[in-house]
Amino acid sequence: MNQFLSFIHKEFLQVFRDKKTLLMLFGLPIAQIILFGFALSNEVQNTTLVVVDYAKDVASQQLINKIDASKYFKVKKSYLNYNQIESSLKEGDIKLALIIPANFYNDLLHLNKAQVRVIADASDPNNATTVTNYITSIIKDYQSQLAQNESGSMMIMPEIRMLYNPELKSAPNFVPGVMALVLMLICTLMTSVSIVREKELGTMEILLVSPFKPIFIIFSKAIPYFIISLVNLVIILLSSVYLLGLPVKGSIFLLFFESTLFIITSLSIGLIISTITNSQQAALGATQMIMMLPAMLLTGFMFPIENMPWALRVLSNIVPSRWYFIIVKDVMLKGLGFSAVWKETLILAGMSAIFLYICIRNFKIRLS
Amino acid sequence: MGAINLDKITKTYAKSGSPAVDNISFDVSKGELFGLIGPDGAGKTSIFRILTTLLLSDSGTASVDGHDVVKDYEIIRKIVGYMPGRFSLYQDLTVEENLNFFATLFGGTVKDNYDLIKDIYVQIEPFKKRMAGKLSGGMKQKLALSCALIHKPSVLFLDEPTTGVDAVSRKDFWEMLNRLKNQGITIMVSTPYMDEASLCDRIALIQSGKILIIDTPDQIRKAYPDKLYVIKSVNMHQLINDLNEYPHTLSCFPFGEYLHVSFKIDEENLIPDVLKYLASKGHENPEIKLTFPTVEDYFIKLINPK
Amino acid sequence: MDEPVIKTDKLTKRFGEFIAANELTFSVFPGEIFGFLGANGAGKTTAMRMLCGLSIPSSGTASIAGFDVYKQVEKIKQNIGYMSQKFSLYEDLTVMENIKFYAGVYGLSDKEIKDSSEELIKQLGLQKETKKLVKDLPLGWRQKLSFSVALVHKPKIIFLDEPTGGVDPVTRRQFWNLIYAASAKGITVFVTTHYMDEAEYCSRVSIMVDGYIKALDTPANLKKQFSVDTIDKVFFELARNAKRTGD
Repeated sequence: MNQFLSFIHKEFLQVFRDKKTLLMLFGLPIAQIILFGFALSNEVQNTTLVVVDYAKDVASQQLINKIDASKYFKVKKSYLNYNQIESSLKEGDIKLALIIPANFYNDLLHLNKAQVRVIADASDPNNATTVTNYITSIIKDYQSQLAQNESGSMMIMPEIRMLYNPELKSAPNFVPGVMALVLMLICTLMTSVSIVREKELGTMEILLVSPFKPIFIIFSKAIPYFIISLVNLVIILLSSVYLLGLPVKGSIFLLFFESTLFIITSLSIGLIISTITNSQQAALGATQMIMMLPAMLLTGFMFPIENMPWALRVLSNIVPSRWYFIIVKDVMLKGLGFSAVWKETLILAGMSAIFLYICIRNFKIRLS
Repeated sequence: MGAINLDKITKTYAKSGSPAVDNISFDVSKGELFGLIGPDGAGKTSIFRILTTLLLSDSGTASVDGHDVVKDYEIIRKIVGYMPGRFSLYQDLTVEENLNFFATLFGGTVKDNYDLIKDIYVQIEPFKKRMAGKLSGGMKQKLALSCALIHKPSVLFLDEPTTGVDAVSRKDFWEMLNRLKNQGITIMVSTPYMDEASLCDRIALIQSGKILIIDTPDQIRKAYPDKLYVIKSVNMHQLINDLNEYPHTLSCFPFGEYLHVSFKIDEENLIPDVLKYLASKGHENPEIKLTFPTVEDYFIKLINPK
Repeated sequence: MDEPVIKTDKLTKRFGEFIAANELTFSVFPGEIFGFLGANGAGKTTAMRMLCGLSIPSSGTASIAGFDVYKQVEKIKQNIGYMSQKFSLYEDLTVMENIKFYAGVYGLSDKEIKDSSEELIKQLGLQKETKKLVKDLPLGWRQKLSFSVALVHKPKIIFLDEPTGGVDPVTRRQFWNLIYAASAKGITVFVTTHYMDEAEYCSRVSIMVDGYIKALDTPANLKKQFSVDTIDKVFFELARNAKRTGD
């Protein structure tokens, strides 16, 4: 028994002397509780709802007020016609639209039923389902409210249209997310670990004491992973199309171009990590902290960014996979062209340039 | 200016406080086989790293083949061969693949300088398709040396190439080094084994970052200031204790089957007195002879002054 | 003649077709300093692991401190000390914490732990360093501490695996003084080393080549047998013709 207790005592001593592990053991759970408890939520609040009110009567006004009053929606009145609404949804400017036809109140009064149209951007099917559910329940609520005030039952039938993903398949949401994560995993993680492994084994010393320019050591490490990433990309896309039935609506060429850009961004982050760590374990840990965790939480495919507190939303702007995610969805699911994603492309390109610069500057031609 | 030159080189690693390399200066001539002899932590590896341009010193200058280690590091990296401690090889590549890689790394092929490494490589050639990680210590040593030589460097830096390797392989290795020396390659070797010191042209004894002495092994042995005796008895452990209690003993250390002993005085009746003393302690027929000091004797004298 | 503390009979270890240790037969007596030499790949490590209870033999018998190497492995471990070159001390624990830990692991009672820690510290003169982290101790001190810790539970035998590698010549000899002192107390010391002069300090020396024990005798007798004047040369005579150099 004594032996057992000795062991436990020793383990405690060692754990508490290792500052880095301590940070992880206590810091991480606390961070997670704060994040998941307060910052991240699946509840979607304050979604901008574009309302086109052709009726402009008492009932439509009441309905609009009711929706506006709820915490889930912020109403934005619009005077666009139906086609314009559709292209607005396509551009990603809006996620949800409600169209109230003319004679709304009259129809309710005399026909005891009226129709409204709800159009949702279902490229994020979870989100779309959630917000349409909210709006449907508010409409139903209004319906019963009406029934109490006026005599007779009235029925408001929302005709719901899910754009881009009518069957609400989840694949459209997670395939782009998986693409982003996989590319990041291979490029950032593997590259940084591979370089650091040379340092750990001591072969880096010999490589440095040779005519081979140090910068080429780095590139020669990155290139295999670059190629493997492209191969993986092809595999994912093929699986997506043939196994999951999710076609690539937009230009494949553009998709590959953007993916290559993202790969370069991820690689350069991996290279930076390799210059600041000295053991494979440290490289692994650093990649987790700096890339994987933020990517999981702040890319936008698990938790909607719009609903995060301001601080996290700002933070998500520097997570490269967030921009790549948008690009992939736009190109793959919505079939949009470069004109729709030029902004995000520019951001990714800018990030790559900055990271590469940092990496090259940081790179040590010597040990220590 | 010699092949290797250090002038007042100092390096302190922030954490420890005391310098790892403390104001060290010395020269190595072209074609010399120069030994850096000292225990772990003496500063050997730091000196190697500074000379191979992997580490910047805090102060002082150094040059290899006339090129400054700071300004001309790119040139130096082309002309030196380096074998860091624990023979850094690619464990998951074969013997052949390792050699080819290093040849290519320096812009050449294995064939270019094969005759330089032939004597060494033939001993491991039967295993050329084996993973480097699966070789014994002696084999790894030979492979690492071949890889360091394959581009015909003008200066060879070998950091503890014989540590952890058995005595036979160690002897073989030094014989290989001597043959290389005849090809005009300057070789700087570090080792904790004092007996290997005598195989070098000149050696530097180093301890705690400081050079204790630099000279040929012969001169160092001659520099030992006291008369040294070897003493032996049936009960060696008892002998050590008794001699340490003897009032005239200056130093007494075991060296294999004998003790190396020096005394504070040098009189005619010293030895008879010692013999009488030992007899009184129960030692039957102890042996006492004069002997020539070794490098190790001198090293001990330097680090253990009484 | 006392009962041997180590007694082996045709002890063998096979890895598939490869016979790492081949029919080793020898005895070691109490208080002996037994030197175990051999080139890398000769089978030293394999043999030592079997004797320490770390590896089950393929065939043959052995008893360590009176315990059977097949059936009483746990008893063997409790009755031997072990020190390897890589040092068994925890660098991020203090001197005292290490001593207490190992004393606890070896099953000493609280009182025994207290007594032996004090004794150990006094013996090594480490009174001022008890709260120092081991990684801040100079190499020589670490080795001496390692050795003493391996003996904290007063075992009958201690196994030392190249304990003096890379250490300065003075510390090396101080270490051997510790070995002598232990031997004088009746503790059997089983030591491997690459320093041939250390072989001379041993009561008897065995040299392994290609998995076999090719020589076993006192240093003096071995030198006479091969007509040479140092163990170094005895070793060369035997190891030179070894076939197994690539493993």
